[in-house]
Amino acid sequence: MLIPHPLLGLRDAQEFTYLGDANLMNRPDPNAPNAEAMFCDYVFLRDNPAGVHRELWYHEQGDRSWLVVTRNTVTHEILGAELASDVALAHREGSK
Amino acid sequence: MTRLSGGLIDRNTSFSFTFDGKTYTGHQGDTLASALLANGVRLMGRSFKYHRPRGVVAAGSEEPNAMVELRSGARTEPNTRATVAELYDGLVAKSQNRIGSLAFDALGVNDYFAPFFAAGFYYKTFMWPRAFWEKLYEPMIRRAAGLGSLSMQADPDSYDKGFLHCDVLVVGAGAAGLAAALASARAGAQVILCDEDFRLGGRLMTESHRLDGAPATDWISSLEAEFETFPNLRIMRRTTVFGVYDHGIYGAVERVSDHAAEPGDKVRQTLWRITAKRAILAAGATERHIPFADNDRPGVMLGAAMRAYANRWAVVPTKSAKDPIAIFTNNDDGHRTALDLMSKNVPILGVIDSRENAPRFGEYDLFAGSMVTGTKGRLGLKEIEITKGGTASWHRCAALGVSGGWNPNVHLASHHRGRPVWDDTLLSFVPGADGPAGLIPAGACAGLGSTAKALADGAKAARTALSELGMKAPDIALPDAEDMPVSQADFWHVPGKKRAWVDFQNDVTVKDIVLAHKENMKPVEHLKRWTTLGMATDQGKTSNVSALAVMAELTGKSIPQTGTTIFRPPYTGVSLSVLGGGDTGVNFRPRRLTPTHTWAKSQGAEFVEVGQWMRAQYFPQAGETDWRESVDREAKAVRKDVGLCDVTTLGKVDVQGADVGEFLNRMYSNMMGTVAVGKVRYGLMLREDGFAYDDGTCARLGEDHYVVTTTTANAGLVYRNMEFARQCLWPELDVQLISTTDAWAQIAIAGPKSRLLLERVVDEFDLSNDAFPFMGCAKLTVCKGLRARLFRISFSGELAYEVAVPARYGNALMARLMELGSDLGATPYGTEALGVLRIEKGHAAGAELNGQTTAAMLGLGRMVSVKKDSIGAVMSRREGLASDARRLVGLLPVGSTERLMAGSHLFAQGAAQTTETDQGWVTSACYSPHVGGYIGLGYLENGDTRMNEEIIAANPVEGSEMRLRVVPAHFVDPEGERLRD
Amino acid sequence: MKFSGFKVIKEALTGHKGWKPLWRDPEPQSDYDIVIVGGGGHGLATAFYLAKTFGQARIAVLEKGWLGSGNIGRNTTIIRSNYLLPGNEPFYEFSMKLWENLEQETNFNSMVSQRGIINLIHTDAQRDAYRRRGNAMRFAGADSVLLSREELREKVPFLNYDNARFPIKGGLMQPRAGTARHDGVAWGYARGADMRGVDIIQNCEVTGFKIEAGKVLGVETSRGFIGAKKVGVAVAGSSSRVMSMAGMRLPIESHVLQAFVSEGLKPTIPGVITFGAGHFYISQSDKGGLVFGGDIDGYNSYAQRGNLPVIEDVLEGGMALMPMIGRARLLRGWGGVMDMSMDGSPIIDRTEIEGLYFNGGWCYGGFKATPASGYAFAHLLATDRPHDTAKAYRLDRFAKGYVIDERGAGAQPNLH
Repeated sequence: MLIPHPLLGLRDAQEFTYLGDANLMNRPDPNAPNAEAMFCDYVFLRDNPAGVHRELWYHEQGDRSWLVVTRNTVTHEILGAELASDVALAHREGSK
Repeated sequence: MTRLSGGLIDRNTSFSFTFDGKTYTGHQGDTLASALLANGVRLMGRSFKYHRPRGVVAAGSEEPNAMVELRSGARTEPNTRATVAELYDGLVAKSQNRIGSLAFDALGVNDYFAPFFAAGFYYKTFMWPRAFWEKLYEPMIRRAAGLGSLSMQADPDSYDKGFLHCDVLVVGAGAAGLAAALASARAGAQVILCDEDFRLGGRLMTESHRLDGAPATDWISSLEAEFETFPNLRIMRRTTVFGVYDHGIYGAVERVSDHAAEPGDKVRQTLWRITAKRAILAAGATERHIPFADNDRPGVMLGAAMRAYANRWAVVPTKSAKDPIAIFTNNDDGHRTALDLMSKNVPILGVIDSRENAPRFGEYDLFAGSMVTGTKGRLGLKEIEITKGGTASWHRCAALGVSGGWNPNVHLASHHRGRPVWDDTLLSFVPGADGPAGLIPAGACAGLGSTAKALADGAKAARTALSELGMKAPDIALPDAEDMPVSQADFWHVPGKKRAWVDFQNDVTVKDIVLAHKENMKPVEHLKRWTTLGMATDQGKTSNVSALAVMAELTGKSIPQTGTTIFRPPYTGVSLSVLGGGDTGVNFRPRRLTPTHTWAKSQGAEFVEVGQWMRAQYFPQAGETDWRESVDREAKAVRKDVGLCDVTTLGKVDVQGADVGEFLNRMYSNMMGTVAVGKVRYGLMLREDGFAYDDGTCARLGEDHYVVTTTTANAGLVYRNMEFARQCLWPELDVQLISTTDAWAQIAIAGPKSRLLLERVVDEFDLSNDAFPFMGCAKLTVCKGLRARLFRISFSGELAYEVAVPARYGNALMARLMELGSDLGATPYGTEALGVLRIEKGHAAGAELNGQTTAAMLGLGRMVSVKKDSIGAVMSRREGLASDARRLVGLLPVGSTERLMAGSHLFAQGAAQTTETDQGWVTSACYSPHVGGYIGLGYLENGDTRMNEEIIAANPVEGSEMRLRVVPAHFVDPEGERLRD
Repeated sequence: MKFSGFKVIKEALTGHKGWKPLWRDPEPQSDYDIVIVGGGGHGLATAFYLAKTFGQARIAVLEKGWLGSGNIGRNTTIIRSNYLLPGNEPFYEFSMKLWENLEQETNFNSMVSQRGIINLIHTDAQRDAYRRRGNAMRFAGADSVLLSREELREKVPFLNYDNARFPIKGGLMQPRAGTARHDGVAWGYARGADMRGVDIIQNCEVTGFKIEAGKVLGVETSRGFIGAKKVGVAVAGSSSRVMSMAGMRLPIESHVLQAFVSEGLKPTIPGVITFGAGHFYISQSDKGGLVFGGDIDGYNSYAQRGNLPVIEDVLEGGMALMPMIGRARLLRGWGGVMDMSMDGSPIIDRTEIEGLYFNGGWCYGGFKATPASGYAFAHLLATDRPHDTAKAYRLDRFAKGYVIDERGAGAQPNLH
């Protein structure tokens, strides 16, 4: 598989380590009243779709950046990749 | 003599080869199959189940019968198709799957018991008596199974891997492929042309069609000459593209030296990973046969294969070139075999065509509306029975070419699970529209099988591929070629009572398909698995579609409704060696060497694998005969004098930034942000699910600067998790990280005399206890100006330091320390002594911190701060974790000097020993020279409240049991005074 | 119709006229007492035990494709009970005992072959961990043996002992472990269930659940609505998709696992061998092919195919361990969909919807569990209580913190 790294271009997936659903970037508020339940959902439950999936890949053998990759889990077609830190910062801006 | 005139063989060469011990000769350009046929040898193998005598059926990699063991000794290659084994001088081959000789195979008796071996018979029996399955039935089945044998010796050849990138990959160098490669190369694209054969041309070499009125080989030669002029075209002969993977990546195997007696200094094969922007699948088509009674005798082969042997290899599959040959066909194409053979003066009995209105193409006897309904000649065809209407007659016949139509080689187009589609005119499957992205089928592979159409389609595919890449394709002039339409009948097999073979290799007949239907194994996948049809080494290339046709007939459905099975890589078999045998043996994985490796080696250290690292395990001295002697001595030296140990492998991360304290607070369960500059704190890391997974230290070298350590095993994981937190969870924090594990050599200097030794290397640094107490850190220089870092931390429980210098100085520093400490009794110690020392102090390591334990179990519950959040804090408080009552304790054997074994389970005294009464296990154990006996650590239910209780350590897997006393997990200096000295 | 050697001989002598369909193709009825969704190994086994052992009557198995077309149709056929944790080991040992009697129970030769499994040991720490495991096996009533390097070398001489990157130091063996013919298992259970009145409905895909007031009333399918008092879902590779139709999210990620077979060879590998310093395990089928595999590819996938680097990785392990396999050829590779759970262990439990039961999350280890999973799921469906050996396989164990994590890898499915 080839991952379209936003800075480095196409890189072989072997250079990366896969984590999972990009929702793992949305860590719940530890101070919320139902924090434990929210954390359990966050840590354990997954949509696990057969189709388009946003997921986290870590360029461990390269520039050590985390990427959010949009990929179809049925065809393996990759629709795009962004720097995870950009996505995380944008999310923060959005929720301000 | 069965050699004809012409052919693409070099009669000036003479190769000697042996088959089953007999010696023959052949020529350059022959395959083992063609050379055997040239020597009148038709019997080449025995079938899997019935051990029927078999000859060659095809002329290429689709061959199901002629499987031989090629070569001998450690290079023995079982299940090699004689049809693709290039002949070389000294080739040695043996037939397979027989007891006795090929002609007198003792297991030939199986054929007489054939009714008992119907499809699926083994599922219905061999169940009684029970004991007989393991002892008798299964060993019998296993001995009968498989075809060839491995030599059981290690493969002595070398293999390689390569990576290629191109604009256009052309798979197949037949008419379509050559046209496509020519057009793409002339357009200036980067092109790779692959063909599994050793010559370019595909079926242009095996048919007698002329191009521009001249032999096809003329055109191929002119192309090859032009190809030489293109720097942007790479031609790969003997290279099979075996699989299509994601994103335009193709797997291919190049047989670099399989056609030589020995590879010499070359590799035997190379695995290529080809990344292509576009690919043209010009893989051609494979002919199918027609099942009829006893259709599997040596001498019965595919019609196009017969033409191939006659045209390319100048040989006929009979005993003599004067013996009559017949053709059995359901389409126009089959007649070509008769014409080609007649042009070489081979006598033709006639063409038996199933169609009533069969056209005539030449001066031979035409048996229209007829079928072949039987054969005679167990070891080689002698007679055939021709039936028309109700009348049958026997005819002398030495070889029979069978032509049942063509199956486009759709395989690679279906590797991404796209299904091929049925074409009612062609009566075959063609690639569907949902193939792998970027792959364009062309020529016979796409159902365009006449020579002219294949050439044109190849050029067209190239134009499509190039335009998609934004390149202009030149018009290329293609030679004039035949474009005869081929009409064929919807005729799939000859009905009858006797066995008619569909899958030759696995001995599956029409009767087996009928039985499967009767037993309701009708879906094509059930049919396949019940009968094993299509599951042999040829993967049903010549038989699958005919089998579908038979099942379709039985169910009353159409062939497309019956479906196909899935096409999967590899297209043809790929040796396991080329897939994984490149870097092997001791080169299977890299060796990571510590900075002091050279010095340790010079001291005669024994090394041990720790992940990919090689670490010094212990340093045996003269006179020591057992590792225990060395390890006991090293451990004692540390607690008495001073020891030196390379601890570089423990992970190190440099963390800097304005928010570094806050960041580390969130990463560690305990407070890290409050560490003062110049201090070090021990830390525990939890996973987000609340379980402990690593421990280490954080040393604050500056306001914005920490150096963090991890365990050796988790160095990569901790770093990854820190980057995840930094980039994905808290990108707003001002924090930067870098892994420095390999950048700094780190040496532990431990023991009562460690300060004395260290004073001799540091440059003007106050090491007194007041100035530099326990858990301090500093930047300094050593050895007169070498920059270094110093940490007063202790894994051994002694007064100890760790000094870090840039890695390239580690070796020299170790040598210097040893030299300067010789009067102090400085002793190098390895991982074994390191282990003894930490067990004596009850420090957790991998066996205790194994990802299944909590902070509370480790006795570190108070290290999970309730004052701030950190990864894992919230979930660490869940019911299941909080209720786990197992605690880390020390364990001392009672009344035994036997070795205490880690992995023993703990039980209360007198308790029955079951899963339900299991109370824990021994995590680590060693001999302690300081305690004078074995000691251990372990997790025990409520262990913290059971001090001094006697329990049992049970080790039934090694047949031992021991009484233990539960003690606190500090065996030496329990108050920890020596650390703070 | 009973299968036996006598029957085979009789039919062979009389032209095979007496063989009957292995199972019927019934039209679905309008409703059943119990509907099992998923006609794979676990679903068919569940139906079999419901009919045979738990005396249940009106049962249907709904299969979207042809029966046995899921992971039971392609796997590396290993059966063993060599797990570590108390939540697991008694269950797998229960399964082993069912394996040992399977052919007699189903009257079908599933070729259960107990030629042993050996897990190789390459470090002292690994030996300690395997000793812990070998002991755990004994306490659960299973068999285990720790082999020294010399004992191992006698049993398996063709491993690379002398030129290895990670030297072989010994092995943990389970003599009773081995392999079984996977298709035979599916067909044996299917025929056995069908014979006892279970309707196996193929080409019937569940497209939705009918749930009212928190209770399941039946399933919508491609062949119409089918009412049911109880619905048990056993759809490895489709768990999330199917359960999402009931509004549930699961602690599961679906991943591709590749497995491979070589061309058929005369007997070469005596039992099952697993490499301890790389991802590779191997056995040899009764048809002669070497059956081997390694790690999952590592990314979510429903594609049922994987990529080349994993194939290379698996064979690097294989060649490093037993360089004599090199001259054999890879015949075919497959990819399946593994439902990887958040602790690497399965789920057999009721759900919060009354009448809806779930069995899944078997990761890549479901085949060996087939008999016990079927039995335990049948027990749960019939009695509404978990089987004694399966009581830890609850869906709520994740939230509560009672995970069964053999690897110690935590909530990252692709590490299990």
